[in-house]
Amino acid sequence: MIALIVDAASWTFLLLGAFLVLVGALGLVRMPDFYTRLHPAGITDSLGADFILTGLILQAGFSLVTVKLFLIGAFLFFTSPTSTHAIANAALVAGLKPRHATIPPRPAEKATQGEESR
Amino acid sequence: MVMDLKDALGLFNYWIVIVLMMTGLYIVVSRGNLVKKIVGLNIFQTSVFLLYISMGKVSGGTAPILTGKPEVFSNPLPHVLILTAIVVGVATTALGLALVVRIKNAYNSIEEDEIQNLDLAAENGVDEPEARQ
Amino acid sequence: MEAAINVALLVFLAGTAFSILRRTTLFSVVMLSGVFSLVSAALLVHLDAVDVAFTEAAVGAGVSTVLMLSTLALTSRHEAPSTRSRAIPLIVVFLTGLALVYGTLDMPRFGDPAAPIHQHVAPRYISATAQEIGMPNIVTAVLASYRGFDTLGEVTVIFTAGIGVLLLLAGTIREPATATKITAMDHHLVLRVVTKVLIGPILLFALYVQFHGDYGPGGGFQAGVIFAAAFIIYALVFGLETASRALPGRAVRVLLALGVLIYGGTGVVSFFFNKNYLDYSVLGATAQAGQHIGILLVEFGVGMTVAAVMVSTYYAFAGQNPPIGDEEW
Repeated sequence: MIALIVDAASWTFLLLGAFLVLVGALGLVRMPDFYTRLHPAGITDSLGADFILTGLILQAGFSLVTVKLFLIGAFLFFTSPTSTHAIANAALVAGLKPRHATIPPRPAEKATQGEESR
Repeated sequence: MVMDLKDALGLFNYWIVIVLMMTGLYIVVSRGNLVKKIVGLNIFQTSVFLLYISMGKVSGGTAPILTGKPEVFSNPLPHVLILTAIVVGVATTALGLALVVRIKNAYNSIEEDEIQNLDLAAENGVDEPEARQ
Repeated sequence: MEAAINVALLVFLAGTAFSILRRTTLFSVVMLSGVFSLVSAALLVHLDAVDVAFTEAAVGAGVSTVLMLSTLALTSRHEAPSTRSRAIPLIVVFLTGLALVYGTLDMPRFGDPAAPIHQHVAPRYISATAQEIGMPNIVTAVLASYRGFDTLGEVTVIFTAGIGVLLLLAGTIREPATATKITAMDHHLVLRVVTKVLIGPILLFALYVQFHGDYGPGGGFQAGVIFAAAFIIYALVFGLETASRALPGRAVRVLLALGVLIYGGTGVVSFFFNKNYLDYSVLGATAQAGQHIGILLVEFGVGMTVAAVMVSTYYAFAGQNPPIGDEEW
């Protein structure tokens, strides 16, 4: 009985993760602006991948493979949002403006420091 | 020469490898930008790796790691050859990119046509000091 | 089902290669080549080549992309439109492709267990590894022991390429001490914190891959690249000067040569016991123990050289004049 529940749960997670990856890919193609495109791309890496990994963990049961999958999930949990942030930050610093928004002016002392650093 | 679907599927890997190989070759031959040539060369290399590994695969086989249970393994020999080939490939790519950086320093361009024109101008005309930096 | 995954991944690879052909913005070309490497790594896993996929992902999608981006920062960002005619290359490539397709019609079908490649040496390696070497990963056993000479040659090739890059770029590296003070990524707080958190696990993982290569996918090549990746990300986020204080260029050059020396030296030890070069059986109490110790040593040498080559290459590229500012991207 328990095995059936675990199997069903793992299938749910896998299908949800696959759906989110598909949504991310679709959003990447269809969104109009750079920053709006970045959001679905971020979903693919973080939530989609983590759901798929959770589904795989439930499939693997209690073994060494589960520990490794969990570590991969933790690593992705740290790095995927960071990389999305890095891309958005790089675009903002380079001067790419979102299409319909206005960026509030930076505080004075950060403006001069931001220009000369890499 | 009639071929049924099973045969064609059995050769599909090699045909795509040939497509990739020819794409890489075309990029190297027809594009003038040096960095793009190096990327084309990388595509060519990766297609050769896929050729070897496709030849080594055994249907129903698994990765060649002994687990204590008797099972069918895919051929480990191509894996060994391609493992070293990949790292050597990145080493030669690094060397090629270093050459591109030096060429950029010397000619101020990485387009093959411009570099050739600068060389011809330096040969034919009086030695132009501004063609080199 | 497997055939469907195979076909899908291969078609995706071909599509990526065509996009690389068509794009003229070099930045997208480099990113697409990273995608190409990653998808080919997925395909290699599907073809049961797990060690190879590991290396391809680490090297192709990792280090290669970083080096190409460093080159782009020093050269140009766009490809100039070509003035030459495209007809001749197209015809040549098409005819060569046709000839190759004609050649594949004679090849054994994909996955055929009776193909000639599976008949001679490979069954011997598969069956003899358990008794002669006693480690589960057959690929590492073949790489480091049965085909140890080949691997020695490859390590020397990597070493030579590293020396070549240093020779080419050494004249134009700006000295870290006299460089203009560059504040590295002061306004990228998230990146700095996350990098600090991650560098430790990355280095631990590199050590795990190095010494676990006997039992699972892994070994010297992959571990060296992952080890270098930790230092490269440190240099990217905190600046080349800070990274040079953590791992100075001189130390990297020593490690570069030391790896090859360890590999070659392990072979010389066998001479003192009246055995052939790179005969590991003399290194331990039994032949099998000797094989274990020998493979450990040579993989360590390989990992050291590969890591040193990647780090020194990155230092050489990143140390070039002029340093770029954020606004130039």
